[in-house]
Amino acid sequence: MSENNSETDLNRQSDTDRHQAYWRANLRLAAVLLVIWFTVSFGFGILLVEELNQFAFFGFKLGFWWAQQGAIYVFIVLIFIYAWRMKKIDHRHSVDDDEESG
Amino acid sequence: MDVQLLTYLFVGSSFALYIGIAIWSRASSTDDFYVAGGGVHPVANGMATAADWMSAASFISMAGIIAFMGYDGTVYLMGWTGGYVLLALLLAPYLRKFGEYTVPDFIGTRYYSNAARAVAVICLIVVSFTYVAGQMRGVGIVFSQFLNVPIFWGVIIGMAVVFFYAVLGGMKGITYTQVAQYCVLIFAYLVPAIFISLLITGVPIPQLGLGADVVDGSGLSVLEKLDRAMVDLGFGPYTDGTKETIDVFAITMALMIGTAGLPHVLVRFFTVPKVSDARISAGYALLFIALLYTTAPAVGAFARLNFIETVHDTPYAEVDDWFRNWEDIGLIGWVDKNHDGAIQYAPGAAFEGPPVFDEVARTEAGARKVINPILHSDNEVYVDRDIMVLANPEIAALPGWVIALVAAGGLAAALSTAAGLLLVISTSVSHDLLKKTLARGISDRQELMYARIAAATAIGIAGYLGINPVGFVAQVVAFAFGLAAASLFPAILLGIFSKSTTREGAIAGMLAGLVFTFSYIVYFKFVAPENNVSEFWLFGISPEGIGMIGAIINFAAAAIFSALSKPVPEHVRRLVDQIRIPAGVERPHDHP
Repeated sequence: MSENNSETDLNRQSDTDRHQAYWRANLRLAAVLLVIWFTVSFGFGILLVEELNQFAFFGFKLGFWWAQQGAIYVFIVLIFIYAWRMKKIDHRHSVDDDEESG
Repeated sequence: MDVQLLTYLFVGSSFALYIGIAIWSRASSTDDFYVAGGGVHPVANGMATAADWMSAASFISMAGIIAFMGYDGTVYLMGWTGGYVLLALLLAPYLRKFGEYTVPDFIGTRYYSNAARAVAVICLIVVSFTYVAGQMRGVGIVFSQFLNVPIFWGVIIGMAVVFFYAVLGGMKGITYTQVAQYCVLIFAYLVPAIFISLLITGVPIPQLGLGADVVDGSGLSVLEKLDRAMVDLGFGPYTDGTKETIDVFAITMALMIGTAGLPHVLVRFFTVPKVSDARISAGYALLFIALLYTTAPAVGAFARLNFIETVHDTPYAEVDDWFRNWEDIGLIGWVDKNHDGAIQYAPGAAFEGPPVFDEVARTEAGARKVINPILHSDNEVYVDRDIMVLANPEIAALPGWVIALVAAGGLAAALSTAAGLLLVISTSVSHDLLKKTLARGISDRQELMYARIAAATAIGIAGYLGINPVGFVAQVVAFAFGLAAASLFPAILLGIFSKSTTREGAIAGMLAGLVFTFSYIVYFKFVAPENNVSEFWLFGISPEGIGMIGAIINFAAAAIFSALSKPVPEHVRRLVDQIRIPAGVERPHDHP
């Protein structure tokens, strides 16, 4: 939300600059979400599975739960967060696709 | 009504539904045929993608594989879902903005080269055909087991149904049929899973039942009880793996990026109206897929527990009917090694290969006489992993209509995937090979006709492979992912995120990835299968996971050859800029 006050500045910039700022915001968001994606699946579910298995979680060993249940739930949430945040980022940089519908 | 009649009824009415939808939504233009007119609602597309994606392997085989692999089954659970995150974040929105009909279209235009397009078509056809043959086989198996129709006629009926709605309806027909097929298959999967979860744990939600206590008063949870039962029999605990960590890592990664590179999945995101729809639609797709994928590990664990409890140390004369029924079909076999008349289940193979039976002779206990060479182990029973989902309703003594439902669900899963694959094959032939390369300037009507001819031909070839399986079809299906991971995924990703990747880089990358992965798999699976153990593998990575290394080689080759070749032309750089911006999205069309 800190970027709201810069919205007017963005409008004055050339298309190229605006698009580059948009692309950077997009890459930042995607990078954060992919780090989470990697952590829950390859991290919790595979690399750290034995360490986490020492903890119990609703009748599961924790590492096993991440591998066969938890990671999948997080995957779903990540995609919806991306879709929702990108909609806002699209709008903030005035590149959204709302006017044009097929 | 008996189960047989109910099954005919369920399968018959589901087929009537698919054909009805096909007639209602038949394609009238190439636009309809390739991308359903580009006007599919994101939720509908999510459902269609889920049905497209979940094949006979997901529906019939996966829970059984997990039941027998325990923790190692994780590679399929995470591998076949995690790819959707990559798809949603890195590929789908940009391919939708690009706005043409096919994946080779994107490769050909982005890499300003018909050679790149041709390489992409080859990758696509290799990947899709290995995959589709397995589906037609799945159709044949369901028919033969539930309807007593020979596999040959089962495949012919399946081909006729797919022919009808794929050739007539194209993408439009397939999309709405897949929505119906998703509903059939998820209902058919969840109903028995809920029943069994209730039976074993008293909890109606299988995902929670997996962690709940067993209702036998032992105070143990399902997984604790299963771990103990397995250790008692001499296996490792169910919740611990036996594969090396590096191999689990590589297989999961190869399946994830392979999923994101599968053309029949990618092309589904060409059918929604907007870029933002493509993002959210991937979310719905994964949500619908996860309904099955989070249920499968529960079904697998319940099935293994049920199997051990009902079979181990049970005299053959007293074993449940389902055991004999599947023995009759040849998917279960028993040799009484210690001559005590009871079935002992233990680690190791009971005998060499799948059971071969004496035509007439029976053992003293009354079982079919297995004539395979007996192996040295305490194990006396062979069980085909595929029967776990199909036999589960019988093992849990569920009503006949549930069994009939599972048959209809298995067919829905196989047919929906087969149709999606056949469509991308026919599209790449009529559009990429003919219209864009060999027969430039053909009219829209001619192109549509060629697309239908190509679809019909592809169905014929797929059916032939289903009736005369090449012996290794089931194995090869898993390798389709490795090939997609090593060839298409890096080329598409670089096409969007790197403006400096050139034509030469992309072609070299795709070829290097494809050839390396293909050779590795062929060497260990067919040339020298006796060497297919971890000490001979590169970095300890099995052929199933080698797609990850193939993808790395692809990226490396692309970087090197891009640096050595002439830079990307200005108009292509502008195209990439355009793809990155959601605004200005158009209906899919031919770029002139």
